[in-house]
Amino acid sequence: MKKIEAIIRPHKLDEVREALQEAGFRGLTVTEVKGFGRQGGHSEIYRGSEYTINFLPKVKIELVCPNPSLDKAVDIILKHAKTGEVGDGKIFISAVEEVIRVRTEETGEDAV
Amino acid sequence: MNHRRTAHRTAAPYRRYFSLALLFLSVTHSLLAQDSLTTAPSLEQRVAGLEAYLNNANPSPGGHALPSSGIAGPGHNGWMMTSAALVLFMTLPGLALFYGGLVRRKNVLSVLAQCLGIAGLVTILWWAVGYSLVFSDGGNAVLGGWNHLFLSGVGPAPDTSYAYWVSENIFAIYQMMFAIITPALIVGAIAERMKYSAVLLFVTAWMFLVYFPLAHMVWGANGLMNGVWNADAAVRSIDFAGGTVVHMSSGWSALVLCLILGKRIGFGREPMLPHNMVLVMVGTGMLWVGWYGFNAGSALAADGIAANAFVTTTLAAAVASFVWPMAEWAVRGKPSVLGFCSGVVSGLVVITPACGFVDVNGAVGIGVVAGLVPFLAVWKLKSWLGYDDALDTFGVHGVGGTLGAIVTGLAASPSVNPNLSAANAAAQANGLAGLALNGGLVLEQLKAAGLTLLLSVAATVLIAYAVRAFIGLRPSASSELTGLDIAEHGEEGYTGAH
Repeated sequence: MKKIEAIIRPHKLDEVREALQEAGFRGLTVTEVKGFGRQGGHSEIYRGSEYTINFLPKVKIELVCPNPSLDKAVDIILKHAKTGEVGDGKIFISAVEEVIRVRTEETGEDAV
Repeated sequence: MNHRRTAHRTAAPYRRYFSLALLFLSVTHSLLAQDSLTTAPSLEQRVAGLEAYLNNANPSPGGHALPSSGIAGPGHNGWMMTSAALVLFMTLPGLALFYGGLVRRKNVLSVLAQCLGIAGLVTILWWAVGYSLVFSDGGNAVLGGWNHLFLSGVGPAPDTSYAYWVSENIFAIYQMMFAIITPALIVGAIAERMKYSAVLLFVTAWMFLVYFPLAHMVWGANGLMNGVWNADAAVRSIDFAGGTVVHMSSGWSALVLCLILGKRIGFGREPMLPHNMVLVMVGTGMLWVGWYGFNAGSALAADGIAANAFVTTTLAAAVASFVWPMAEWAVRGKPSVLGFCSGVVSGLVVITPACGFVDVNGAVGIGVVAGLVPFLAVWKLKSWLGYDDALDTFGVHGVGGTLGAIVTGLAASPSVNPNLSAANAAAQANGLAGLALNGGLVLEQLKAAGLTLLLSVAATVLIAYAVRAFIGLRPSASSELTGLDIAEHGEEGYTGAH
């Protein structure tokens, strides 16, 4: 099993979620995050003070899937999160040792 | 006269027909009783007494005691109760939210606690000695007397030295709301870095050394700077609703206190952003609404002067709220919500001393300068001088209050407010009526502003160093970094996701 962590633009979240759901992925976790990458920040002005906002708001989605579904999930995220501008985000993929469903105590791919 | 008033009032809870009968009895009884001492007032005299109510004039014209004397007039009294509530609303929660939204989230409750604490503390001081020291007779030009300690003798009958038709106890509570918001304004300059105990101690001393004397000097019947009502005023200045007493005093004290206190840890290096601009806007709207009680209520009657103040307050606030963000747009590229909100407050501050003395065109002019001058102060002055006035109390209230004192001298007109003319015996006697016509009023306004500035700065230096020596002004560095909410109040403004 693999875990996909994708940092994407907040306004792309619904499009990505919809496409993943249509393709049969049955759950994901979303976190509002802040960070910086090549996009850099922007400036905000409050009365006399100008601040550079280095950390921009993004959304992180986390999704665990069986190995054979990985490419499909990544393709969907790439297709639907992309605008082509700097700041589209990143995808991290890592191996997952075990998954346990709390209610039934099922383990492994059955629990995904 | 007293027993008639008592009979009239205790009749109120009974059913209508019964109370009417009782009233009839009590009035005839007292008329008969009076008859045996003096002659009963004629119908004409009694009508004149009622006309005095409509004109907000002396309730005992010609010195005759009338059935209508010594009683609050329902309309005027009703407006003053409403106004008192509106001015409280400016502090709780208006100013609390305005300031609370501007600080970082870890300090939001500390600002609310400061506003709440000041409301309670100042109320106790006002009840015990404050009202007496400001408005009791028997004092001198700088401070009032001791006759109203613990609000003794302050009841529902009007004190005609101040308001012909308003209950003195309502007048006292109305004035108390001003005494509450003034020190609460200072909180903006020292936000996020002053120990709570030091805030309360500072405010207590500040009320005695700055607010009580200043309010008496400007509004007390025998006050040093009460040009309108004191025939012997040394400074013939005018201040309708508190430009000097409230805004200049708090603004200049705020500047001095924030300089003595020092900057917030990380100031200039870390971003210190408003944590909730929505609260700022909500608070601003409440301040604007409440300000009608502050300004139009300062007529101490629901009369034509109050109506004028209501209108000029609206115009100045609206114009400044528009001019400030437009100036921002022109020089910085974007009109910000904080710019709109700052413009509202700044317009209200500058019109405060002027609202009962200027006409609509004067108010629009005041709105324009109120949108530009404090804007420049917080944009340029603050960064040039490098002080950490966290929420711009000095830039808005200090600069705006001083500006207001001066423009009031330029724009005040006896045709708007006849109290500035020879029709007002005090203004005629002390020369204000002449100054209002020949332009000499500006000089008197500058004197009043100078005296206010001097008193505020000197007393604040004294109190701040004394409090620092006694209990210290700042919390520990770790408290300040953690946030005052948890460190000083043991709670958080926003506690997680559930």
